[in-house]
Amino acid sequence: MTNLAVHLPGLELKNPIMPASGCFGFGREYSTFYDLSKLGAVIMKAATGTERLGNPTPRVVETASGMLNAIGLQNPGVKNIIENEVPFLAAYDTSIIANIAGSTTTEYEAVARAFNETELVHAIELNISCPNVKEGGIQFGTDPAMAATVTEIVKNASNLPVYVKLSPNVTNIVEMAKAVEAAGADGLSMINTLTGMQMHLQSRKPLIANKTGGLSGPAIKPVAIRMIYEVRQHVNIPIIGMGGVTNAEDVLEFLLAGASAVAVGTANFSNPYICPEIIDALPATLERYGFDSVEEVIGKGIIPV
Amino acid sequence: MIQKEKMIIKSVTNIALDTIEMVLENTFISKTAIPGQFLHASIEGHTLRRPISIADIDREKETVTILFKILGKGTEKLATYQAGMSFNVLGPSGNGFQIEDKQGTYLLIGGGIGVPPLYYLGKKLAEKQCQVISILGFQTKTNVFYEEKFRALGETFIVTNDGSYGETGFVTDIIERAGDFDSYFSCGPVPMLKAITKKLPTKPGLISLEERMGCGVGACMACVIPTNDGKSYQKICSDGPVFHAQEVSL
Ligand SMILES: Cc1cc2nc3c(=O)[nH]c(=O)nc-3n(C[C@H](O)[C@H](O)[C@H](O)COP(=O)(O)OP(=O)(O)OC[C@H]3O[C@@H](n4cnc5c(N)ncnc54)[C@H](O)[C@@H]3O)c2cc1C
Ligand SMILES: Cc1cc2nc3c(=O)[nH]c(=O)nc-3n(C[C@H](O)[C@H](O)[C@H](O)COP(=O)(O)O)c2cc1C
Ligand code: FES
Repeated sequence: MTNLAVHLPGLELKNPIMPASGCFGFGREYSTFYDLSKLGAVIMKAATGTERLGNPTPRVVETASGMLNAIGLQNPGVKNIIENEVPFLAAYDTSIIANIAGSTTTEYEAVARAFNETELVHAIELNISCPNVKEGGIQFGTDPAMAATVTEIVKNASNLPVYVKLSPNVTNIVEMAKAVEAAGADGLSMINTLTGMQMHLQSRKPLIANKTGGLSGPAIKPVAIRMIYEVRQHVNIPIIGMGGVTNAEDVLEFLLAGASAVAVGTANFSNPYICPEIIDALPATLERYGFDSVEEVIGKGIIPV
Repeated sequence: MIQKEKMIIKSVTNIALDTIEMVLENTFISKTAIPGQFLHASIEGHTLRRPISIADIDREKETVTILFKILGKGTEKLATYQAGMSFNVLGPSGNGFQIEDKQGTYLLIGGGIGVPPLYYLGKKLAEKQCQVISILGFQTKTNVFYEEKFRALGETFIVTNDGSYGETGFVTDIIERAGDFDSYFSCGPVPMLKAITKKLPTKPGLISLEERMGCGVGACMACVIPTNDGKSYQKICSDGPVFHAQEVSL
């Protein structure tokens, strides 16, 4: 019997697979396709202090092997999420990770505190990397000192383990990872989307109303693997890896590079059953490559120094 | 309820310029779908699915008909699929046209590739012994399709923008000539829907909208349209694609 379980700060995962933030809402829609208890965890859509309406449309466009999105963190606000969405997810036998965002450190702090009080959430994913909002988000994610400050504030606001979601839109990802580790992060989550742009020939305008959007899907997988590998060499906290995962082989690739668990985003749109299908395929895939458990694959890539 | 379903292609017919009619066999969707709902079609080699309206259903033969226009890479690829092949869809998706159980006179106003969902709706209305009047607008003669099928349901006006076939102008130019009606149903480009809702401010109407989609099931917030009070959004994939004409801000 292969063992799929993974033990991470605050998270006892029965398997390493979880839907990525923003690609699964709060689980309701996908719960009509399968039992969410099958999942290792669920990462909820970003929550902000108050309701956000997001960006104008079009908000998404397809690209070669992926898509661009500029949703703009549309969400009903943390209070509404705690009242209406968290109890729904809590009825399933899975871990709940709350993705939090804000324009100011005060907003981040308030959202973290609110989730801490519910006692139904198992961990926080601190989103300092949303490329699609005018203020907050990305600037916390591209300046190591600011990233450290917001990490510290969120750590102090709650008892929940904090996984800081890093932006790939930086020249030195290792510097960012080290800064948040030093500030007390319990783990990392990477990568968020890469900023991109696509033109519409007839109108000569960008296809996304926000002009630029975040690139996700298989197109970004090699970037994610490279960044996880680089960060793994320099920090000790665990990494939840993501970016273009579509099958169990991809999961193994992330684990070899140094991720301890794997989130699946865009692939849910192509196939709503993608997460349970990957979970079902994992045992045979592990065996095929000579492993008995997920934990023994983590960081076992043989990479010349 | 939406399911992931395999659609087996029974026939592929070119019915107008760059416009394909595909008859697809599937038990679940043919038994459960209502007019105005759509299929979210997976096309090989594409990350995102393509939303295509249900244009007709034959419950006995268990077939669903779709009509689509070749516009970009996805529909171009779909048009190469042959009878006997299959592809998967999520469906039936969205909230369709709710039709009241009362007889009356209904006006269908379709523009271009917005015409397809109105056909199955018209058929259902005609089955209920309702009067159906249709105004179908196309850019030019080579784009016209399903004229005879709509005529079989009731009085039908065809309008082309360039006057190469039927009446000349826009669908809104014809509305007065259609006579009185109880309510209207419309699908087509946003400028057309805007003109119609402006012209018919007091008539009850249902309109079907389009937006680029991610998930197609209501989870990702890609496909939103502002509500009329400007304070919130509706999701076209799951709250729509059909809305009350006055409920959303076009
Ligand atoms: C509810 C609904 C019902 C529809 N019904 C029909 C129908 O019955 N027949 C038909 O021909 N077309 C219909 N459309 C439009 C159809 O979805 C697009 O023409 C199609 O997605 C274009 O794909 P493409 O790959 O050829 O174009 P590309 O431009 O290459 O597509 C790129 C991306 O943009 C999206 N996209 C492009 N145009 C549209 C559009 N107008 N609406 C939504 N997404 C778009 C595509 O899905 C894809 O993700 C409908 C759209 C919606 C939202
Ligand atoms: C439509 C969409 C919405 C997203 N929303 C969020 C979000 O709210 N918070 C966040 O941290 N990441 C968000 N992401 C990023 C994903 O969680 C993930 O990091 C990224 O898409 C890479 O994974 P993938 O290639 O498997 O999609 C979003 C991605 C997409 C495509
Ligand atoms: S397409 Fe995802 S919410 Fe409508």
